[in-house]
This record gives sequence, C-alpha cells and structure tokens, in this order.
Amino acid sequence: MLTKRIIPCLDIKDGRTVKGVNFVQLRDAGDPVELAKIYSDEGADELVFLDITATVDKRKTLAELVTKVAKAINIPFTVGGGISTIEDVKFLLNAGADKISINSAAVQNPKIIDEMAAEFGSQCIVVAIDTREVDGIDFVHTHGGRKATLLRTQAWAKEVCDRGAGEILLTSMDHDGMKTGFANEITAEISLMLSIPVIASGGAGNMAHFKDVFTFGKADAALAASIFHFKEIPIPELKDYLIREGISIRK
Amino acid sequence: MKIAVIKYNSGNVQSVLYALERLGADAELTDDPAKIRAADKVIFPGQGEASTAMTYLKSRKLDSLIKDLKQPFLGVCLGLQLLCEHTEENDTECLGVFPVKVKRFIPENSQEFKVPHVGWNELENLTADPLLHGLPANPFVYYVHSFYAELSEYTIATTHYIHDFSAILHRDNFWAIQAHPEKSSTVGEKLLENFLKI
Repeated sequence: MLTKRIIPCLDIKDGRTVKGVNFVQLRDAGDPVELAKIYSDEGADELVFLDITATVDKRKTLAELVTKVAKAINIPFTVGGGISTIEDVKFLLNAGADKISINSAAVQNPKIIDEMAAEFGSQCIVVAIDTREVDGIDFVHTHGGRKATLLRTQAWAKEVCDRGAGEILLTSMDHDGMKTGFANEITAEISLMLSIPVIASGGAGNMAHFKDVFTFGKADAALAASIFHFKEIPIPELKDYLIREGISIRK
Repeated sequence: MKIAVIKYNSGNVQSVLYALERLGADAELTDDPAKIRAADKVIFPGQGEASTAMTYLKSRKLDSLIKDLKQPFLGVCLGLQLLCEHTEENDTECLGVFPVKVKRFIPENSQEFKVPHVGWNELENLTADPLLHGLPANPFVYYVHSFYAELSEYTIATTHYIHDFSAILHRDNFWAIQAHPEKSSTVGEKLLENFLKI
C-alpha cells in the first residue's frame, strides 16, 4: 500500500540549516549534509531543502550543496528557494536534485509551471503555496509569507494543478512555527479537490498532529522542521506511533 | 567490471551514477555504441516523456543497439516503459523487449488515488530471481510515475496501486524496475548490488 510520507524540511541560509519561528527569528541547527544523512538513516521518506533567503536576496542556486547531498543520501529530495527560470531548474536537477519547488516565481508568472512541466515532467515540479487567512478568506502569500497577493489559495491550487504541477507543498503561515497542529481544514479542502499529492506544512508540534493531518487533513505527506532538528520528535518514534494509530507508513 | 549508463535526453541520471558510486561500481554515462556494447553491464535510467525519449533513441540508433545487447541490462522507471511494446503516453511504440503494454493509471476514486503515483510502496509477489535475492518480505521502494506496465509472464514482482502492476520484469538478460532503486534507501541499494552481481 502507498504510504504517507514524513518529510523533514531543512531551511538553508549561507549553507547552514536554520529554522525561523514564523520565518523571522533564526536559530542554527547544523550542517545540512550531515543532518540529511541522519534523517535518511532514521527513516525520513523524503527531504526538502528550502533556501529561505533566496527570494529576497535573489540568490539563485544551491547547486554545490545539492551535489553533496545527492552523493550522500539514497532517498529523494526537493530543492526550493529563488527558483524562477528553466535554466535554474536544469542546473539543480543536473546537480542531483529529484524535484524542485517554485513559489513566488509561479505567482508572478504562472506560465512558468506549464513550461517547466513540459520541459522536465510534472513529477519533478512541486509548487509551494504559502497561505494565510485574512478575514476568514485564504489568500496566497509570497516572499516567505511577507507579501500578500489577491489570489485565493483554493483557486490558485486548482490552477497550478491544471498547469502541470506534480505536487503541492501547502504551508499555512498562520500555523507555521506555532506548534499547535497543521491547518487540517484547508489541507483537506485542497487535497480532496485535486488529483495531485498535497504535502502539508506548518504547525507540527506533537505526534498526534501528524496523525490528524493524515486523517482529517487528507494530506499525502507531512513536512516539519524544528521538531525534527531539535529532536523533540525522533522520526523512528513518530513512525512507530503512526503505525500503531493505523496510518500506512514505511518502516 | 565496467558499467555503462545510457545517456539520452532524460532527467536525473545523476542520482543513478551517485548510487553506483556509493556501491563502489565503475560506471560511465555514455551514448557511445562501442562503449555500451563493450560494457559488462548496462543501465538504462530515465525520467521524462516516452515519445521524446524514443525519438532520441532512434535518432542515435540506440533502439536497435539496446535490443541486441547480450549482457545484463537494467531499465529503470521510464527505462522499464521503453523496454515494453507500447505505451499510452503519446501513443508511443517502444522497444518491445517485453511483450507488455504500458497504460496510464486511471483512478476510480480521485480522492483516494492520485496520479502520479508518488511515494513509497511495497514490492509484492516476489519470485525467486537473482535480482531479488536477500530482500526483506514486502520491501518498500520509491515510485514516481503516471504510467504502469501490465502484469505478464515476465513479472517477477508486483506493486498494488489502484490495481496490481508489474513492479519488476525479467526476460533473458533484461531486467526492468518501475521504482527508483537509486532513491529507495537500503532496499534500492540491495537491488542495485544484486544487479551488479548477476
């Protein structure tokens, strides 16, 4: 049976792993390659690397890091942050990334999703959507969640799927860093609406939150950062718990 | 032992090379017919779209070369599909090493089954085959695909998604796997290691 995926996210700044609480305060959590190897050995199903400064600083690639990671680990990983052109994608895939994720660039120029999917195949194009609720309505935000757009999250998710995205990485900016659980409601709404997998992100604080996002949230995968980096929840323990709770998980 | 990894316009062959490097294998990415013919083993990786890949293989005359190879040969992902007879992906005639048809997943219930089939799923109904030697029962491998090979007499392992499909095929010197062994953790390493020992 196809299993639900547990995905540690490594936020990268200046080649080091960091995780911000609501993307503002940054704490150092170590060497990304070493951390990637540990997660892979512990049973993480996939990894995501996000260069959180890339969009703001216009820094283009993490190619060097990507190659080091690709050589070190034997599970799939996605790279995102500041990717906006076909050339960026080609460069990172050739460096050894399995998938790339685009965010702000897709909002600014939605056609880039069609072009990337046609060039490289939908399977390696993840569209990251940062969502925040404003007066009860979900709006897409860009630039690390700082910039609001007029796009409704649900409509944008449908559009990126139609344009050829292979997966959606949905981050709730309201939940991110709060450790009060994932945004199950909007995750379920989008997951049930679309034919492509949805990775839920933002808000993981305990093991039950993962169970909830796979059951109530209908997520295909769940992503978290600090709770893994600071060993608040060890991945093997989380997987044992989810199996006991009847969730389909790879051991 | 020299391993040739066939170079064609397909995505992410780099991770196959890295996986072979981790196993200490001497692998080279090449589209040189002489080098491919002379290799002890050949790996045909792949990601991407079938008709584009077939057009490229034909333009380099790699299609007839592949069919005539006698050394152990391993197709991976799109490589498996191209070794089959025909794929529904842009109605493409393929190499026909396996007399098997490749079809698109059609979810009966899109809320339960999404396409592509992405993630870790089990290998089941494993037969006694050198490629599968020493694997644990129902091992997990990593999949990313929208098209699948039907079950056939050459199927040596199945996976269930919507229905059973051919996870691994074997005929004569040709093996093919739909999942990505290079991304399938220790199970994938075991599969590649087994192939290197064949």
